Amino acid sequence: MTTLQDPPVTTTPPARKRGVPAVAIGFGLAAVALFGVAPAALGDFRLGLLAKYLCIAIVAAGIGLAWGRGGMLTLGQGVFFGLGGYAMAMHLKLTDAGPGQLPDFMQLYGQLNALPWWWRPFANPVFALAATVLLPMLVAALLGLLIFRRRVRGAYFAILSQALCAAMAIFLIGQQGTTGGTNGLTDIQGFFGYDLTDPVNRRMIYFIVAGALLAVLGLTWQLMRSRYGELLVAVRDGEERVRFLGYDPANVKLVAYVAAAGMAGLAGALFVPAVGIISPAMIGVVPSIEFVIGVAVGGRASLVGPALGAVAVAWAKTALSEKLPSAWTYFEGLLFILPILFLPGGLASLVTLLRRRRLSKKEAA
Amino acid sequence: MTVVLSQLFTGISIGAVLLLIALGLSLTFGQMNVINMAHGELIMFGAYTVYVLQKVISGAGISLLVALPVAFVIAGLMGVLIEVLLIRRLYARPLDTLLVTWGVSLILQQAARDVFGAPNVQTRAPELLTGSIHLTDDLVVSSSRLFILVLALTAVGALSVVLKVSPLGRRIRAVVQNRDLASVSGLATGRVDRLTFFIGSGLAGIAGVALTLVGPIGPTMGTNIIVNAFLVVVVGGIGQLKGTVIVAFALGVVQSMVEYTTTVSVASVIVFLVIVAFLQWRPQGLFTLRTRSLA
Repeated sequence: MTTLQDPPVTTTPPARKRGVPAVAIGFGLAAVALFGVAPAALGDFRLGLLAKYLCIAIVAAGIGLAWGRGGMLTLGQGVFFGLGGYAMAMHLKLTDAGPGQLPDFMQLYGQLNALPWWWRPFANPVFALAATVLLPMLVAALLGLLIFRRRVRGAYFAILSQALCAAMAIFLIGQQGTTGGTNGLTDIQGFFGYDLTDPVNRRMIYFIVAGALLAVLGLTWQLMRSRYGELLVAVRDGEERVRFLGYDPANVKLVAYVAAAGMAGLAGALFVPAVGIISPAMIGVVPSIEFVIGVAVGGRASLVGPALGAVAVAWAKTALSEKLPSAWTYFEGLLFILPILFLPGGLASLVTLLRRRRLSKKEAA
Repeated sequence: MTVVLSQLFTGISIGAVLLLIALGLSLTFGQMNVINMAHGELIMFGAYTVYVLQKVISGAGISLLVALPVAFVIAGLMGVLIEVLLIRRLYARPLDTLLVTWGVSLILQQAARDVFGAPNVQTRAPELLTGSIHLTDDLVVSSSRLFILVLALTAVGALSVVLKVSPLGRRIRAVVQNRDLASVSGLATGRVDRLTFFIGSGLAGIAGVALTLVGPIGPTMGTNIIVNAFLVVVVGGIGQLKGTVIVAFALGVVQSMVEYTTTVSVASVIVFLVIVAFLQWRPQGLFTLRTRSLA
């Protein structure tokens, strides 16, 4: 008897059965490396740098979800990173200044007598903390609704997200009196009562960042392996077909975009105590596209590829650009060109390739 | 009234610069579906061409005139080089062309920094273009802005003639509409791609020459203007020359009007919001080709 059914075109690996222990082991190893090995092996300065890289890795995890899984190349993560960062920095500046006092830069160029109304809520720690994640998510939801509902996608979406970045950077620079302008919000001293000049407290920040990264990766993993994750990949590969199946691709994309924005906001919020500054130079067109490069190098569609790639690229940047700033820019240019041209799946696809080769050898034997 | 008119003219002249920049993009992005982020650096090539030529030719007017064709050819050849080496392999992956050409733009910027130095350089404007013209008693327009307007309109005219009536334009349109059919009909599609890129990139070179009249010339000059130029092509409608022209001027006017009533930094946000609002009405841009494709 002949069956009317086509043979399955793609064989999805039985990830759910076999993958769970592997992922658990992976998370265990990552936890040991982040919480045990790194703090023991690195001095205070290098650990601080690592905290900064891990913040970028959190952004990268979100980009991996939106771009690698969802096909939305978002060049505007700097906007959400900046919203989270500024929300956190505004609160910390206000606590540094003390109750009723203006932050130092406002007295310097603002000639303001009172706090602007939109600064006031950020004095409340609960509001500020919630805003670091919810504000970016809200902006992403509004923008995403407007864009995805009208089926603006692909290159259009990438360019719009980039334009938003440019607009926001110009806007922040122009409002010097209330945002610190080009300098941004600098010289942040305290973090919810802890003195950031104390190395012990800086170690604490590192542990918070590392924990946040693991949590974000766990969330991303959950999203990827769920039914939603499969739907997201389906939208990436054939949006109209998903629509014909009765789903609304706009909603599917929106969830990934908003999740990525929340992750970028969280990263921005943690970046502020880890580095002590947030400025338009970290959220414009150039830094936003730099977030993408680590994702591309590590492997856009994989779980840990974006995070690992982001850390590796950020580390290479520090190592190279200090000694040879000119050479770093050439190298960075090549990082955009070579992996995308020759290894579109990033380094993660190399692992899959090797594993597949080993499996086929085993089957042949 | 004169305020409105003079803001209108400022807007038109912003629009003319945008148009010159977006014109090449409308060909490479609009027709070829390639997001060439290095377009801004091709503009930079055009601008530095003027700078170099002025070292050789002393007359500012003559060097500007010589620079126009020279910049066209230099930027055009550079574009062909990028197409042959990189973009040719990525026609099926438009988003990846964006990232790859961003890498190219980083390398070209650094090369400019290493050759010409990081600070901005100065060029001399021809005497004829340094003054201003009194249209009425109150309405004064700078002659360099007027020159750019004329240059932009000439470029649009030339490009549309090439696309509409020349054999090359017919081939470009054939390849854009149906690459496979054009190929089996005996068209060398690869060569047409390269010629399209040559023209699109050459137009960037011309834009660069024009920009020396209104702004500083430096390694990062491309990055700052390219984002708005891409917006013009997106809002105008992919592959639509008339959409590009209308939207370039419209955006220029909106920007100058908003800037006049608020500030430059608020204007950038408002212009973005206007664009998102516009896309609610016409998500595929001002003018669209209706297709039945399921993409």
